[in-house]
Amino acid sequence: MENLGTVLRIVAAKQTLPGALLPILHEIQDELGYIPPESVPLIAKELNLSRAEVHGVITYYHHFRQTPPGRHVVRVCCAEACQAVGGEALAEHARARLEGSDLTLEPAYCLGLCAIGPALQIDETRLHARVTPENFDALMDALEADQ
Amino acid sequence: MSVTVYVPGDAAALALGADSVAAAITAEAAKRGIDIRLVRNGSRGMLWLEPLVEVATPRGRIAYGPVAASDVRSLFAAGCLSGGAHPLHLGATDEMPWLKRQQRLACRRIGVVDPRSLDDYLAHGGGAGLSLARGMTPAGIVRQVTDSGLRGRGGAAFPTGVKWRTVLDTPAPLKYIVCNADEGDSGTFSDRLLMEGDPFQLLEGMAIAGLAVGATMGYLYVRSEYPHANAALNAALDGARDWLGDFKIEVRKGAGSYVCGEETALLESLEGRRGIVRAKPPLPAISGLFGQPTAINNVITFGSVPDILARGASHYHELGCGRSRGTLPFQLAGNIKYGGLVEVPFGLTLRELLYDFGGGSRSGRPLRAVQVGGPLGAYLPESQFDTPLDYEAFAAIGAGLGHGGIVAFDDSVDMAKQARYAMKFCAIESCGKCTPCRIGSTRGVEVIDRIRAGHGGQIELLEDLCETMVLGSACAMGSMTPIPVMSALRHFAGDFR
Repeated sequence: MENLGTVLRIVAAKQTLPGALLPILHEIQDELGYIPPESVPLIAKELNLSRAEVHGVITYYHHFRQTPPGRHVVRVCCAEACQAVGGEALAEHARARLEGSDLTLEPAYCLGLCAIGPALQIDETRLHARVTPENFDALMDALEADQ
Repeated sequence: MSVTVYVPGDAAALALGADSVAAAITAEAAKRGIDIRLVRNGSRGMLWLEPLVEVATPRGRIAYGPVAASDVRSLFAAGCLSGGAHPLHLGATDEMPWLKRQQRLACRRIGVVDPRSLDDYLAHGGGAGLSLARGMTPAGIVRQVTDSGLRGRGGAAFPTGVKWRTVLDTPAPLKYIVCNADEGDSGTFSDRLLMEGDPFQLLEGMAIAGLAVGATMGYLYVRSEYPHANAALNAALDGARDWLGDFKIEVRKGAGSYVCGEETALLESLEGRRGIVRAKPPLPAISGLFGQPTAINNVITFGSVPDILARGASHYHELGCGRSRGTLPFQLAGNIKYGGLVEVPFGLTLRELLYDFGGGSRSGRPLRAVQVGGPLGAYLPESQFDTPLDYEAFAAIGAGLGHGGIVAFDDSVDMAKQARYAMKFCAIESCGKCTPCRIGSTRGVEVIDRIRAGHGGQIELLEDLCETMVLGSACAMGSMTPIPVMSALRHFAGDFR
C-alpha cells in the first residue's frame, strides 16, 4: 500500500533520533494528513516498541488524528482570552455553520493571539484575529468555493 | 539609497493581514520606482496597532498603524517613506508612551531586529553574553545567574541559579539543556513573541546554560500550535550553527498536550512517550532527559540570561521588589483595549497594568474579573486590583503570577461558567495519572452544573472535591485547577446561585 511505503521511508529516515516517535508521527501526519492505523504495527516493529505504546502515543496527543481530515482544517480558539471577547459564541456559530461541511472543525486551546481574539487557524498556518460570526462565514465561503 | 520598511512577520500581525500589507508596499514602491528594503520584523507588542509598519528615517523609526493594504497608496502619497504626516502616523516608535514606560530587557530587541539575521542580532548588542561566558568558569556563570535573582519565568518561579548549580554538581557523562517552549496558558504569548521576534537571544541563552552546566546538546520543545515560532527558530538555527560552536540545538514539535508544559511530562514527550507526569524526586536537574542531568527552563528564563551576563548580575538584581528581582514580560489579553506585551520590573500594581497600559476593557464596559497566570490562575475581583505584581504578594492572596498572562473580563462574564470551564479544561487535558485530577475534574463539571441549576447545597461538595484535587494530585494540573474554581466561588459567589 502506498501509504505504508511513505511510512517506511519516514521511519527509516528518523528512527535513529533519540526519542524518535513524535518526530516520526509528525512527519507522517504532515505528509498523509493523518496517521493510518495500519501503520501502527510497522512503526512499533521498527522502533522496537509494542503496538500499544505507539497507539497510546497517537491517541494521547490531541494533534494526531487517525482518520483523514476534511479538505481544510479550521481550528477555533476556545480558551479563556478568546472567551472574554465572544469566543464561545463564535465556536457555537462555527459548529452550526460547518455542520455537514467537508471542512474539519476542531477546538484549539490557545493560539497565542490572546490580545486580538477571537482567533482562528486554518490548515495550521493561516491565522485570523478578531473573528466575528460574519467574517467567519466569509472565510468559510471562500474555503468551500476553493476546490 | 533604499529606504528600510518594517512590516512584522509575527503571527499576530499575520492574523491581522500583515502579508497583504507587505505585498501592497512592495507593489506600490515598484510602481513608483522607489527602492525599498522590506524587513519582516517581530511585533513590538502593541497588538491593537498591528500591522504596525515602521519606516527607518534619519530621525529614527517612524510608526504607522494599524495599516491595512488599502491604506498603502495614501501612505506613500503622504510621504510615509520620509515619515510624512498621515492619519495613521504614530510618531517615532521609541517615543510612544506605551513602549517608553516599559523597561524591556528580555524583550528589548523584539520588533527591532530582523529575526532572520544573525548579523543584525550581533549589531544590536546580541552575543555579548555568550562571548563573556566562553571566558568564564561554569561555576562563575552559575554565580552570575544566582546573584541576579532570576527565577523561572515559566510559572513556578524556582531560582534558576540553584537549578543550574544542581545540574553542574551532578556528575554524568552526558547532560542536557531543554527549553520549555510549550506556552499553553491562555493569555500568554511572550514566549511566542520572543521566538518569532528575537530567536537568537533564546539560542544564546541556551548555549550559555550549556557552558554553565557542562552540556553540549539542547532541545527546544515548541508547541504545535505555534508553527510560525517553529519556523522562525529553525531558520535562526540554520544561520547560527557556527556561532553556537560545539553546542547543538534541535527543535522538537509538541503535539497539542497542555500537560506537556509541565517539565517532567515534557521530558516524557521528548523521549517519545505519552506526556505523563513523572514522580519527583528525582529532580530533572539530577535525572532528567534520558535519565541524565537536565537544565530545563522556560523561553523567557533563557532569554533573560544573555543580558544578565553582558551587563552583570547587579544590573538585573537592582530591578524589582522583594524576592522578585528583575523584570517580567506581562501579557495583557482578553477583553482589554490596548492588549500586548508589557515588560516592566516587578512591583507595579495590577490596576496600573490594566488601566494605565491596558486602557480598560475593549468592550467599554467595566472590568469585573481578571485571571492572572493562565488556566490554573486565580480570578481576581476589582477589590484586589491594587495587589503589587510580585510573586510573594500574589501568593499572599492565594493567587500566582505564573507566566505573566493577564486575561481581562468585563461585567458580562458569568463566573460560575468560568469555574465550570476550568474543570472542563482539566478534564480535557489531564494526563490521567492521578485519580483526583482525571476523575475529579469530570465530577467537578457535573457538580458545578448542578449548582448552576439551583442546587446550592452542592457548594460544600465542590469545596470538598477541590480540596481532594489539591492534596491528591502530583502536578499543577490537578492541584491548581481548584484555584480558578475556588477564587471564582469566593469572590463572585452571587454567580453560583
